[in-house]
Amino acid sequence: MLAPVVHVLPMTRIRRHRVLPVTGRVLVRKSQMVSAVDVICETNQNPQHVILDIARGLGVGVSEADQLIQKAAGDVFSEGDVLAGPVGWGKRVVRAPCSGKIILSGQGKLLLEEESPPDKVLAGLPGEVISLIPGRGAVVESIGALVQGVWGNGEINFGLLRVLIKKVEDILSLEQLDMDLRGSVVFGGYCGDEQVLRAAADLPLQGLILSSMAASLIPLAREVPLPIIVVEGFGLLPINSAAFNLLITSDRREIAIKAEPLDPYIDQRPEIFISLPVNQMVHEPKDATIFSPGQRVRVTRAPHQSQVGTLMSLKPGYEVFPSGIKAKSGEVELENSIRVKLPLANLEVLE
Amino acid sequence: MDKLDSSNYTGSSLLAVDVGEINTRAALFDVVEGRYRFLAVGTARTTATAPFNHIGEGISRAINDLEQITDRDLIGDDDRLIIPSKLDGTGIDMFTATISAGPPLRVIAVGLLEDISLASAQRLTSTIYAEVVETLGLNDRKTPEERLDTILKLRPDLIVIAGGTDSGASNSVNRLLESVGLACSLMSADLRPEVLFAGNQALNSTVENRLSNLTKHYFAPNVRPSLEVEQISPAQHHMVDIFRSIRASQIPGVSDLDEWTGMRLMPTSSAFGRMIQFLSKVYDPSKGVLGIDVGASATTIAAAFDGELNLGVYPQYGLGRGITGLVEDPSMNEFLRWIPMEVDPDYIRDYIYNKEIYPASLPVSPEDLAIEQSLARQAIRKAISTAESGFSKKIYRSARGMLPWFEPIVATGSVLTRAPSVGHSLLTLLDATQPTSITTFVLDQHNLAAPIGAAAAINPYLSVQVLESSAFLNLATVITPMASVRAGTPILRLKVVYESGDETSLEIKQGTLEALPIPMGEAAKIRLQPLHRSDVGMGGSGRGGSVRVVGGILGVIIDARGRPTPLPKDLGRRRDLYKKWLWTLGG
Repeated sequence: MLAPVVHVLPMTRIRRHRVLPVTGRVLVRKSQMVSAVDVICETNQNPQHVILDIARGLGVGVSEADQLIQKAAGDVFSEGDVLAGPVGWGKRVVRAPCSGKIILSGQGKLLLEEESPPDKVLAGLPGEVISLIPGRGAVVESIGALVQGVWGNGEINFGLLRVLIKKVEDILSLEQLDMDLRGSVVFGGYCGDEQVLRAAADLPLQGLILSSMAASLIPLAREVPLPIIVVEGFGLLPINSAAFNLLITSDRREIAIKAEPLDPYIDQRPEIFISLPVNQMVHEPKDATIFSPGQRVRVTRAPHQSQVGTLMSLKPGYEVFPSGIKAKSGEVELENSIRVKLPLANLEVLE
Repeated sequence: MDKLDSSNYTGSSLLAVDVGEINTRAALFDVVEGRYRFLAVGTARTTATAPFNHIGEGISRAINDLEQITDRDLIGDDDRLIIPSKLDGTGIDMFTATISAGPPLRVIAVGLLEDISLASAQRLTSTIYAEVVETLGLNDRKTPEERLDTILKLRPDLIVIAGGTDSGASNSVNRLLESVGLACSLMSADLRPEVLFAGNQALNSTVENRLSNLTKHYFAPNVRPSLEVEQISPAQHHMVDIFRSIRASQIPGVSDLDEWTGMRLMPTSSAFGRMIQFLSKVYDPSKGVLGIDVGASATTIAAAFDGELNLGVYPQYGLGRGITGLVEDPSMNEFLRWIPMEVDPDYIRDYIYNKEIYPASLPVSPEDLAIEQSLARQAIRKAISTAESGFSKKIYRSARGMLPWFEPIVATGSVLTRAPSVGHSLLTLLDATQPTSITTFVLDQHNLAAPIGAAAAINPYLSVQVLESSAFLNLATVITPMASVRAGTPILRLKVVYESGDETSLEIKQGTLEALPIPMGEAAKIRLQPLHRSDVGMGGSGRGGSVRVVGGILGVIIDARGRPTPLPKDLGRRRDLYKKWLWTLGG
């Protein structure tokens, strides 16, 4: 049976496609080293347009208006610039209502695109641009430690990691967010208090890594301007031991936090990345596998949600669970040495 | 139906692949003793998403699973399907495929009046896996620039344009078309939406002129040829073609699959709808046939009345990635009442968001199962309620606000087919649909309805004969007496005459759920005598009569719990009732 894979790796080589959904400008060159917040490419994804009726504005016919238009498609202009005219004894003109670019001209009309700040695609992780995708973006490669999460609020940043969690089941409290954490990426436990998120934004932190979060905080978490990654899921869940151990040993290291939302259709998931110097051959992680005994697995659903264990065996046929549901299953030895039977559908391979 | 006429079909076996949001299934059908039978199904995880991003791997694994189950080679050494079958028993003769995997298509619906053409454009959109991300209409007060910016910002996969009765308004539609054409011209070619025009047919040439060099566009008969008439069906075929075209560009492997089928790949929902439509031609035309498919990608409601299909596909009520739509809905408390245990709404919210992350995960504890089944109840209820706006007003129903009369109700979807018992499945369906009158619940336990619907185009014999086989499980005939009396009041007296000649009489009280042990497949005659002017679906309040019923796996059920079924606020009483109902349905 095909097994989903989640990565928690102390040393790996990863490649990420950083691309625009529409055509734009690529701002990096091949072999360039980038930081997590460097802009790879940009475009205006939500352009605002203005249609100017030049014929009406100048009080002339359509064909005459076309002759009086002073700009052509592609021309850039500033607010107040004369776009058409003058005409008549009053030297009537049509001026630009905003700064921008001419998109189309004709039939006595002008279609303008207002100037507005571009939407940017950030690198998301520090690394090297290994190839360019013309008009769309680039591929960034990096070597280091990787922790994948399950939910992100869409923001990207980097900073010094500060570990506030002592045990996997800790809860992040308001009192823990001191002023000296300002500018850092905080690794906390569970967050169920909106005041904590507000305080994190007010400090401000550069990022927040949570083991879990109350789902009721999702609307607020989407609004705060710092990246937030949830590693396990929603509700009071401890963080898996693999991610916990990796992150606590990275205290005060620089860390990139790419809190992009999970979207398996475009191969996108929230990720935490710690760039590390290398002096050895490092391979890319395996993204696909099938369940087999000996694999390290994480439980994705209650009971034992977020616990890590070893898949000891695959059970033949179907197992009946306390809910009465029949499913293909495996026996997992959890880290506390307890052996449990779980549906394979509730496991993912951790590597 | 007669035995298969082999002169019509050179081969007999059929492989039907369904690429679902979570699982890909490969079902094998063949002729056994002169009649088509469902033989087996192989299953594998769908691989439309990362890391595969290609459905081929999942299909290949599902077929391999099927090969192991049936001990029959279906794929040759060249990694291609063996078609036609060979004398040594390898291979198959026909192939069909359906697909529901993939994010819903993003659609902008364009029309003139909100309640008329725009509503029809939205209803047309709901016949495939799609979500209307925006509507543009005559009265939305958007400037041409705002319309343009809306289209550019939302980057839809498809724009559905309706509006203008035939030979009616054209200027207003033209203005809307201008915005669509301009937006397409400003987008890069690979991002341009496909366009379906199903409005005033006099404007077809104008549409052609505006869009011919810009994007793929299609013409369908006007969905509103006049203000009084709505005709969705002819345009539905075009929606299927568009769905295939867009999916092929979105998900690698879809175009290959389409080619295997001879360009007959269908959305699972459309194939499911076709099967329900077919059934409605066979069954009593005074009642409709209702199909329910509760899937991860969407909940589909197919209601057919005398051959007329109303198909509604609702990704917002799917139990997979769209499941959070159920908590964003203000009626979240509605479904909390179906959970027979104390549960914090925050816990439910957390549960649903976790389910969205891991849609393939399964409930291990009875508590989690109860939540999941309650979510299914809510998804079905909401989907039916949304679909009902498209039902004809002439359809018979016991009372206003009640489900129209259906016979039978066919249901599928993992939450029902993988339930711990058929009692769980039926109770979920009874609570969710709240049927009235007399109906039969059929469980499509192997998820065959869509494959059979898809196969109907190339081999109608197969569809009919598999439907008549035991592949579909008759859960029960359900009789629902309705009365406005207090719980405990007798509302129905009935006498059952079994085939053996044995007789039983009993009295049904308001608020109860009773099971008559009529064995599976066995017929019985039931005389219904309503009390307190209860309505048992025999033509009005207080009217009784005799009906011939056939026992399902759960016999015949008398659901006198009331419509809508009242649930006690007290948790303890609710829990006891739920246990009692489940026990009545076999536990």
